[in-house]
Amino acid sequence: MSDEAVTTETEDAGADPETDGGERPQTHTIRLELVDKPGELLAALNPIAENGGNLLSIFHERGNLTPRGHIPVEVDVECPPDRFETIVEALREEGVNVIQAGAERYGEELTLLLVGDIVDTDLSDTLRRIESSTDATLADLSLSAPEGRNAASSARLRLATRTGRMDEVFAHVRDIADEKELDVIEPLVEVAE
Amino acid sequence: MRVAVLGVGAVGRSVVELAPEYGHVVTAVADSSSSAVDPEGLDAAAVFDRKEREGVVGAGDPEDALAAEYDVLVEATPTTLGDAEPGFSHVRAALERDRHVVLANKGPVAERYAELMALERESAGTVQFEAAVGGAIPILSTIADFDPTQITAARGVLNGTANFILSRMAAEGLGYEHVLAEAQDLGVAEADPAFDVEGTDAALKFVILANVLSDGDRVYSLDDAAVEGIRSIPASALDLAAEDGRTVRLIGEATADGVRVGPRLVPQHDALAVTGTRNIVQFETVNAGQLHLSGRGAGGPETATAILSDVGRLE
Repeated sequence: MSDEAVTTETEDAGADPETDGGERPQTHTIRLELVDKPGELLAALNPIAENGGNLLSIFHERGNLTPRGHIPVEVDVECPPDRFETIVEALREEGVNVIQAGAERYGEELTLLLVGDIVDTDLSDTLRRIESSTDATLADLSLSAPEGRNAASSARLRLATRTGRMDEVFAHVRDIADEKELDVIEPLVEVAE
Repeated sequence: MRVAVLGVGAVGRSVVELAPEYGHVVTAVADSSSSAVDPEGLDAAAVFDRKEREGVVGAGDPEDALAAEYDVLVEATPTTLGDAEPGFSHVRAALERDRHVVLANKGPVAERYAELMALERESAGTVQFEAAVGGAIPILSTIADFDPTQITAARGVLNGTANFILSRMAAEGLGYEHVLAEAQDLGVAEADPAFDVEGTDAALKFVILANVLSDGDRVYSLDDAAVEGIRSIPASALDLAAEDGRTVRLIGEATADGVRVGPRLVPQHDALAVTGTRNIVQFETVNAGQLHLSGRGAGGPETATAILSDVGRLE
């Protein structure tokens, strides 16, 4: 049940990746959640350095669990403002679950199924439109088309979205699915009081 | 109590048979073409024997049962949509005579709730309809005990046929048509399963729940409900759900946002992910968190117990 605070020294200039852009670096806080496995923390920190972020501190709350049973980690990063989105995206690509980045909270995840002629209605277009019409990010996708292209197939989507925006995401997904004559099986979201 | 029973399907028949066990006397029985009336009490065996041999329950017209001597009219004719006839007229006739009415028929309560309540206000009789929602499960009496203002939402599974099909598809990896045929063989699904698998039956029950929970503030009918069925769900959808620790159930909701019925993803071990023909309803309460009621939501004797409990409450 120990909290570990690690502070890296910024004088380690030789390891700093070269960055372009003219804006002064700013400090950003990123909240992540990690699975309790060896190497997870290191894997989560690599994308920050690789994309020009300067790691200022890590607050690793072992013993404290997020609602999903993972370990919350808070990271302070210094980087030019235009680099910040890239770092967050790189973290996501590594499979790291970003709960909050800067002022933005990516607090909620939702899983839904799409059913119907998913392949022939252009799945990548469907996904691109879901991401562009909402501020949800596709975190995971599984497709099952056991009877080939001519029968109904199913896709399971996991979307990360900001707290309080779920209804908006559902509404957009429904619209897009309606247009493509797909059925949406939404999760039952019980409103917590 | 003296009871008149309209409708001799599985439910009406069970009411006639079980009434003496609950201390009640059946003075009239009617099906769609005939009736039997005896102010001293009918013999259930004799009535159904005649129905089997001659196709009628007795020598009288169906209207004779409505006009007979009784304290409570049990309306157990098949549910009809829209004008909810002839059930609605049966209820009106009894209330205008200041008699009590107990409904198993969902039509009048879901489709003409405001008129039903207006008729009740003008009558010395009372209307009860526990059997219309969730068979044997005491859902409406629980709401009455809790008080409708103390319950903010109701969610759950109130159609055993759809739940049987989805839970079999998930367990066996079989397709919809295959499992439907199996359900029909078992008598779980009817030859024409549309009412169940298109979500209409569940929607009527959640409309009734919404009417009871809103306590007159807003009146709902089937037209106000957003309804989707389960026909288009492929086995692959249930596979993908299971990979993620989830499953699909036909879930109804009666909330402040209205009435909605459709297939939804729920965690595999969620309280609402009941299996087989079991029904469950979950209440969101103001002061006591969630409350779950589960049991048999259909069947003759099961639904008759809800009717006879209603009759008992009227004594």
